[in-house]
Formats: sequence, structure tokens, C-alpha cells
Amino acid sequence: MDERKEEESVGASKAELTIAGDKKGAWLSRLHESYKRRTARISAAALSTQGLLLVLFVAAWELAGKNRWVDPLIFSYPSKIANQLWRTMADGTVWPHIGMTVAETVTGFILGTLIGTAAAAALWWFPFLARVLDPYLVVLNSMPKVALGPIFIVALGPGFTSIVIITLSITVIITTINIYNRFREIDSGYVKVVRLFGASKAQLFRLVILPGSFPVIIATLKVNVGLAWIGVIVGEFLVAKLGLGYLIIYGFQVFNFTLVLSSLVIIAAVATLMYQLVAAIEKRLMEGWRER
Amino acid sequence: MNEGPVLELQQLTHVYVNEKGASLAVEGINLTVRQGEFVSLVGPSGCGKTTVLSLLAGLLKPTMGKVLLHGEQVTGPSSQVGYMLQQDYLFPWRTIQDNAAIGLEINGRKTAASMRQVDELLNELGLPGAGGRYPYELSGGMRQRVALARMLATEPSVLLLDEPFSALDLHIKLQLEELVHETLKRRNKTAVLVTHDLSEAAAMSDRVIVLGRNPGRIRAEYKLPDGIREASPIAARRHSGFQTVFEELWKELESEEGGEAGDG
Repeated sequence: MDERKEEESVGASKAELTIAGDKKGAWLSRLHESYKRRTARISAAALSTQGLLLVLFVAAWELAGKNRWVDPLIFSYPSKIANQLWRTMADGTVWPHIGMTVAETVTGFILGTLIGTAAAAALWWFPFLARVLDPYLVVLNSMPKVALGPIFIVALGPGFTSIVIITLSITVIITTINIYNRFREIDSGYVKVVRLFGASKAQLFRLVILPGSFPVIIATLKVNVGLAWIGVIVGEFLVAKLGLGYLIIYGFQVFNFTLVLSSLVIIAAVATLMYQLVAAIEKRLMEGWRER
Repeated sequence: MNEGPVLELQQLTHVYVNEKGASLAVEGINLTVRQGEFVSLVGPSGCGKTTVLSLLAGLLKPTMGKVLLHGEQVTGPSSQVGYMLQQDYLFPWRTIQDNAAIGLEINGRKTAASMRQVDELLNELGLPGAGGRYPYELSGGMRQRVALARMLATEPSVLLLDEPFSALDLHIKLQLEELVHETLKRRNKTAVLVTHDLSEAAAMSDRVIVLGRNPGRIRAEYKLPDGIREASPIAARRHSGFQTVFEELWKELESEEGGEAGDG
């Protein structure tokens, strides 16, 4: 009933517009056009400034390195880095490093988010457990957990497993705390709706608590992408024989800062790609999910 | 109207306990509601209206006394009782159809046939073709219609209405009152409405219960004259006797509030 009325009112306003003549329509669309032109101009200006800054930075670095204004041994310069990148990609030596680090990072942030969500679910399910564990979680959260890295390496041996565990030690606690807090913040009205239908605790979790926390879980996944990179690189610093973190620490040891900086360029590129991928997945999963 | 009582409240008393202490919310409420009857609870804020409704729904356990539904004691939420809240609380990630069917899903009664019934129900309540849309696409009044469909979908025999119209604009509110009244009468449902709006209570109900506060107990019971009772909410407001009824209810409530003010 409402809907039909709305359509009628839209129809009526359209009719009014035509009665008032084309002038009014043209006037409105002119305003819209100028608004679109204004926003397009701002975006173009921002994009070209961004490009200019990048070009200026790379050019200044190149000049400074080549003319020895800065020590090229320490700071290297872009063409040397590009050359290094090109050579290692062409001869295939860099790919296993990239593959290893990406595998560790992806495993780290996905497992970290899953385990954190499961732990949050356990805390929500058993309020007494949450009450007991609360101070421990606070302490663990404020502790620099990468410091535990050597223990994991000694206990689990150097390699993939201990590096993923170091990553998990960084991501799981904060994930648990964030998602558990969200579980508790779900509007009690929604809980009341399903309880009134006689929902069990499992149904309440599946129908209300979990889907209602979905945006926060996805946001945590994005944060964990960044945290996982820290864990992986630190882990590789400590033990690895393969990976971008290993290349960085090796470069430092042999004073090959071109290798260090080229590895950082790869990390920046791959991390950005990963973040964009997660953002794209978020967009797909969140279709239909709207806050009121 | 000559069938047995649907709802019986016997010496219903509820106490809220927390760190600050124990407070008596409602005390010694006795009330009987017959099949097909529409009863309103009105009273000043803090008179325990919503507490009574939660006790009827089985969300709270009475400290003393009991609630009988069709002669059996209420111990928890049941599919025989529907509840409508002040806000619609539609799940933003579910389509309108899935929102309306959530009760069926919880009770394991979601089938192709029951989903067709949900669609018919949405049509009947003035939401044709809205089933595939999401709550954010609908206006407040339309969302409250979906909440009504959600309540009716499980076919409860008793409906508890917790100020379901109070968050709406006046003309939407009147439209929805009309729709709820007509739908409930046609299905011969029993209903208990909690409201702070006296004219709403008078226009919709067969009987109005005035509650006093501290603690909440029944102050007065007011049976509406047949002419107003049988008319629809909008027609009832235009009835020649409506103003008299309203003023009597007003006086009743005023004396309750006045007594409180006199103490202070």
C-alpha cells in the first residue's frame, strides 16, 4: 500500500516537472553536471599530485645515489634496485622466496582470524570462562609476543610451522578480544527476537551473534593481514633459509643493501595486493549486509 | 466469548535483584483474558508494564504467582505466544522473506509450503513483492509490518504487543493500528497491548487495565462500551462517546500520577 503511494508521488513530481517546462529540468541537470565536473577535477588533481610525488622521490633518490650525495652502498638507488629485481625474477631465484613468505602470511592471517573467532565463541558460550580468563587476556595482549619467537623455534624447529606460530601469537589474542567484544555488543533487541521464538543457544549464535559480528570479523581479517606480515618477517629474520625476510637479513649480513631494498619493494607490492584482495572479498561478502 | 480463559495471571509478583538491592517491580496482579479479547495495559512509566509482558512471554520467571496459558503454566517462550517490540529489529543481513520466516526456521518448520504462506502473509499486510528486498530499503512503517508478519508467521494464539506503534509517525501509526486491529479480529487472536498512549489503548481495546507504580499493581479496570469496542481504531476515535472514555481514563491515570506528585 505504502509502496504504491510512493510511486504515485514520484509520478506526480515528474508530472509537475514537465508542466513547469524543460527549463526546470535543464536547470537541475546543469547543477548535477557542474557538481560532477567539480569532483572529477579534484580526483584528477589528487591523482596527478600523487604521481608527481612518486616520480620526484624516485628521481631525487636516483640522482642522490648516482652522484654520491648519499652513500649508494647503504641507500642504493632505484635503477640498481630495478635491475636487481629484473635479474632475480628473470633467473627465477626470487620466486621461491616470494612463494614461501606469501604462503606463511596467508596461512597466518587466515588461521589467526579463525582461531581468534573460535576462541571468542568459546568465551561467549561460557561466561564463567570469560570472567576467569579476562586478566590473562589483558596481560597477554599487552605483551610483545614476538619475544617468544625463539622459544617456538627451539620447540618446533626452524621452518614454516614455527613462523606461522609466531604469526598466530601476534594475531590470535587481539582477534579474540575484538570479536568477543563485538559478540557482547549485539543489540539485546535482536537477541530478544529469537529468544521469544524459543531459540537454543546454538541457534542464537548462528542466527544472530555470528552474522551480526560479520563486519567486525572481516575488519579484523584486514588488520591481521598487516600483523601477519610483521610475524612472518620477524620469524624469517630469526631462522629461515627461504623467504623475503631471509633475503633482507642476508642482505644486511653481506652488506648488499640493494637486495634489502628490493625485497622491501616486493613486500610492499605483495602486501598491497593481498590487502586489496581481502578488501574485494569483503565487498562481495558484505553485499546485502547494511547497517540501518 | 464464552470459551475458557486463554491467559490467567494469578497473584503475579516479580522482583528485580542486582547489586543495588532487590526492587519489587509488580505485585499481586490478577487478570484473566478471554479468547479473542484485546486488552491494553496503560500506566505511568515505571509501573512494570513491560515486566508483565515479559512474564507473559516466559522471558522472565515470576518470583511469586504464575501465568497460565490455556490452563498450563508458562515456563519459557513458546510458539503459542507472539511478541512485537517497539522497534522492528529486522536482521539487516536477511531478506524481508527470511526475516518474516525466522520463527519458522527456529522451530524447524521452514518448508516450501510455509514459505508460500509467509509470502501470502506479506501480501496481506500490504507488502506485495517485498520478500526479496532488504530491511534498509523499507520505511519504518513498512519494517514494522514485516515485524507483524514475523510474529504472525508462526501462528501464535496469543499476541503480546510492547508499544509497537510508539516509534512511528502519527499517520503511519494510525494506519498500522488499523491493520493490526483488523488482522487480529479476523483471525480471532487474543492480544495484550502495552502502551503509554491512552487514545491508542481506548481505540484498540475491549478492556483497558490501568496500572499504578511502586510497585506495579492493577489500579482500575475499564470496559469499553460496545460501540467503541466494535469500531476500528480510526472509527472509534470519531465515535461520539470516545472523548468521555478518554477523559475517564485520563482521570484515572492522573489520580495515580497526582498521588505520586503529592508525596514528593
